[in-house]
Amino acid sequence: MWLSSSTVGRKVVMSVSGLFLILFLTFHMSMNLVAIFSEEGYNAVCEFLGANWYALVGTLVLAAGFFVHIIYAFWLTMQNRRARGEQRYEVVDKPKSVEWASQNMLVLGIIVIGVAFFHLYHFWYNMQFQEIIGNHTVDLEQCALGAGMAVDGLSVHNGYDFIVAMFSNPVVVVLYLIWFVAIWFHLTHGFWSAIHTLGWNNDIWFNRWKTIAKVYATILCLGFAFVAIWFGFIY
Amino acid sequence: MSTIDSKIPEGPLAEKWTNYKAHQKLVNPANKRRLDIIVVGTGLAGASAAASLGEMGFKVINFCIQDSPRRAHSIAAQGGINAAKNYQNDGDSVYRLFYDTIKGGDYRAREANVYRLAEVSNSIIDQCVAQGVPFARDYGGTLDNRSFGGAQVSRTFYAKGQTGQQLLLGAYSALSRQVNKGTVELHTRCEMMDLVIIDGRARGIIVRNLVTGKLERYAAHAVVIATGGYGNTYFLSTNAMSCNGSAAVECWKRGAWFANPCYVQIHPTCIPVHGSFQSKLTLMSESLRNDGRIWVPKKLEDAKALQEGKKKANDIPDEDRDFYLERRYPAFGNLVPRDVASRAAKERCDKGYGVNSTGLAVFLDFKYAIQRLGEDVVRARYGNLFQMYEEITDGNPYKTPMMIYPAIHYTMGGIWVDYELMTSIRGLFAIGECNFSDHGANRLGASALMQGLADGYFVLPYTIQNYLADQITVPRFSTDLPEFAEAEKNVQAKIDKLMSIQGDESVDSIHKRLGHIMWEFVGMGRTKAGLEEGLKKIKDIRKEFWSKVYIPGEKTGMNTELEKALRVADFIDMGELIAYDALQREESCGGHFREEHQTEEGEAKRDDANFSYVACWKYNGEGNTPELIKEDLNYQFVKVQTRNYKS
Amino acid sequence: MEKTINFTLKVWRQKDAHSAGRFESYKMEGITGDTSFLEMLDILNEKLVKEHKEPVVFDHDCREGICGMCSLYINGHPHGPEGGCTTCQLFMRKFEDGSTITVEPWRSAGFPVIKDLMVDRSAYDKIMQAGGYVSVNTGAAQDANAILIPKKDADAAMDAATCIGCGACVAACKNGSAMLFVSAKVSQLALLPQGRVEAARRAKAMVAKMQELGFGNCTNTGACAAECPKSISLSNIARLNREFIKAKLKD
Repeated sequence: MWLSSSTVGRKVVMSVSGLFLILFLTFHMSMNLVAIFSEEGYNAVCEFLGANWYALVGTLVLAAGFFVHIIYAFWLTMQNRRARGEQRYEVVDKPKSVEWASQNMLVLGIIVIGVAFFHLYHFWYNMQFQEIIGNHTVDLEQCALGAGMAVDGLSVHNGYDFIVAMFSNPVVVVLYLIWFVAIWFHLTHGFWSAIHTLGWNNDIWFNRWKTIAKVYATILCLGFAFVAIWFGFIY
Repeated sequence: MSTIDSKIPEGPLAEKWTNYKAHQKLVNPANKRRLDIIVVGTGLAGASAAASLGEMGFKVINFCIQDSPRRAHSIAAQGGINAAKNYQNDGDSVYRLFYDTIKGGDYRAREANVYRLAEVSNSIIDQCVAQGVPFARDYGGTLDNRSFGGAQVSRTFYAKGQTGQQLLLGAYSALSRQVNKGTVELHTRCEMMDLVIIDGRARGIIVRNLVTGKLERYAAHAVVIATGGYGNTYFLSTNAMSCNGSAAVECWKRGAWFANPCYVQIHPTCIPVHGSFQSKLTLMSESLRNDGRIWVPKKLEDAKALQEGKKKANDIPDEDRDFYLERRYPAFGNLVPRDVASRAAKERCDKGYGVNSTGLAVFLDFKYAIQRLGEDVVRARYGNLFQMYEEITDGNPYKTPMMIYPAIHYTMGGIWVDYELMTSIRGLFAIGECNFSDHGANRLGASALMQGLADGYFVLPYTIQNYLADQITVPRFSTDLPEFAEAEKNVQAKIDKLMSIQGDESVDSIHKRLGHIMWEFVGMGRTKAGLEEGLKKIKDIRKEFWSKVYIPGEKTGMNTELEKALRVADFIDMGELIAYDALQREESCGGHFREEHQTEEGEAKRDDANFSYVACWKYNGEGNTPELIKEDLNYQFVKVQTRNYKS
Repeated sequence: MEKTINFTLKVWRQKDAHSAGRFESYKMEGITGDTSFLEMLDILNEKLVKEHKEPVVFDHDCREGICGMCSLYINGHPHGPEGGCTTCQLFMRKFEDGSTITVEPWRSAGFPVIKDLMVDRSAYDKIMQAGGYVSVNTGAAQDANAILIPKKDADAAMDAATCIGCGACVAACKNGSAMLFVSAKVSQLALLPQGRVEAARRAKAMVAKMQELGFGNCTNTGACAAECPKSISLSNIARLNREFIKAKLKD
């Protein structure tokens, strides 16, 4: 299978899974913004994405996307380190045009995934997961990297109150903001690089795609950050 | 005069090659598989020959001195390749290309060879385009041409200023395809050390593996050398650092005649020498002469001021500039052949009109072209050359004129070959710059690429079959034969001797001194007295070399100093041979200028009555004067005239 | 007289492929600005030979920036920090007086060191042999003007064909990937009608060989194009990807 056996194929898998995750982030960000405008609206979305069969299938596909992207990332990096040889350069001076992010995608990815576990614990574990195992309410305790206040008997569909509870903890807000910065760096390279790997690039579109990637990543991350700041400091 | 059989086919000039091909002997496909051919070198000639022979089904063993066949110095040719396509509708034809080449060579080349060259020139362009060589094109999608020195038509095909690169990569790709198919066995980082002759026929070579330092033996039914010219005898030249004459010199010592060694081309447009540690001279393409105007000041005091740095080129008004080529040669102007342009530059500088601190440079000015065409057009045509000039000299040719001076560039002389490109040793062939065949006493620009590829793609693959046809019953040779052992022993003895000297002079320092002697006494202007003195000095250098050279390191493993020493030993022999040849040729022709033989206007004066021959030198043993054999150049189709680029 | 500079040269010395290497420092004095980097190494070697020491081995040949033989990783950059030129076209006027200049060989699993600063780049030949050509025998060509090629395409092919095969792209790449080299050849031939016929086969064969020889995966950092002495464009890699993906989807 060329998608796993050939170097370009492996990169295609990275690109397609990456673009899929960008698409997911776009939906996620749009959903988050709803919370600012309407509590009912947001909770309706949360209920819609509860333990329904379509939401569960979606979650599995999404998890598969993440899984493939991460496995391939480690695989490619391992091969690349071997290709680099055992002896390293004494002096390295990166050319100016090389983006910092492009050389640190794995590190950025690990940061993103690391914080994502907290995020899953904060929301998914308490919401969809609880519904799957048959609970309809949960009790939140106040803790350092979790909810900023204790809440008992919170409905698993009441996403709005979850946000309020989580972001009342400034540590969580700052953690999320750092997370968004990492995502921003990861996407500025990842987006255009995916397009490039799929072959949809040339001398004219080269800078256009790079700009589009930067603008898109900025909008996306500002959207996420805005919600975090809104509930953390303004609300 | 001569009894040499150069195997020129009978018949009218235009039909000789066709007749030859119709009647030559061929080898059938089943037998080709049983015949081995060694090709030494992977430049335009070597790579194209190895690829073509491989395609035909021969088993080819190919060697190159660099780490990859793609590095051969053909890659550095800039300007272009000639062909008689007449795509520009300016009256070109096979005959005209033939005639221009004969005339440009100052009537010292063989008519039949040159005609064949002109004839196959068109096929070369077709072949290269089919390989994917990205020649420059016009908006309609057809091929573009430019003009070059020594011609009044535009027949030069080009790929930016990197034509040699693109043609070589084309041949290299064809070669790579054959390596992949298994018809060509490629050995890189190997240098030919000696030729092995069995029963009077070339049957193999000894090579030195440059990485392991080991001597290796290879046997074949025929040996082709495509090892380029011997320009590095002069130390400073436009040749690459590994270009050497050793393969040719070793073949000469094994009995192959060396023809016309004194015909050395000095290219007029090179970047002048600057420091004592300079390792090579950089050529600026001849195509620059299409739009650049060459001048020196009219007034001696202006030249003095330029030399002392008190004035800059732009301080000298147009009326005080001497466009000496346009003045002396109104018909061809700045596009006179290379030998004429080089000598004219030397003449001005000798008179004190040189324009840089050493007084050994003239201006090549693009001011007028920029006025006429605009900077953008000039940039499009010569941008990469200007950039290269600026990197090297720190001067901007868009603003101030380039400074140029002649430098050793190409050697028209080489191993003698007959019409079939076979040397005087049966089964040994020489192609490309390595042979003497097509350029006479002077080569026209854009003709070296043409000759290299003509030999490799379209001539040798035919003619070699005529030789191999009766070799089909000869089984493959074992490299254990005593002839191989003897040759290897000789090479090993030479290496042992060099390593045992343990003197105190570096190889380069001796080579540099040889170069100075060559340039001073056997350079652009030669005299009898000078040549005799030069010969004496070369003999002294030889003595010094064999008693004082120091080579660090060991015989085995990589030893770059030993490599250089082996080459310099041969350069010394080569230098001596050039001087012998220059001394006997009591006339001026093409790249060979004897100051005793010039017209009142300072033009070269040929002596057709006495010197219309190819001077073939036969090796006569270590320390002895080589023997001169003459091949009469019997002009039957062209009227031999004095070259005229004035009107 | 141009001004001269003094500096310390820190050079990688390694006896052969199997030995361990180390840096050695040499004091260089009175080097003029119009000396090329390789001529400066010639001066060092001349000095070493005078002292009866072994000279530094490095690859070099044409010394006019076209053969692709010279290499050297100088102060953290393949072909030196100047950019847009090969080491042989790098002149000492670009370096500071009193500085330390570190010279290393190309470092990549695909290019093992042979001796000192010389590496084995035969992998590039092998990739070329796998498919870097148009399959046409000598004499089988039609008239050169029978194929019309738009000037734009011919120029683009020429830009890709400018690659000199020096290996700087691999040396610069943190992944040891040879994609720029491969893509330049694939692009050149894919842009021309002559090469179009076997474009799919070529892309697959060359990529497969590159991979087999242990070169890494491209992550589009762009270091290759930034350090390329001939400024080969990164777009060629996109074109190679396109050709390759198209070829695989057709299979």
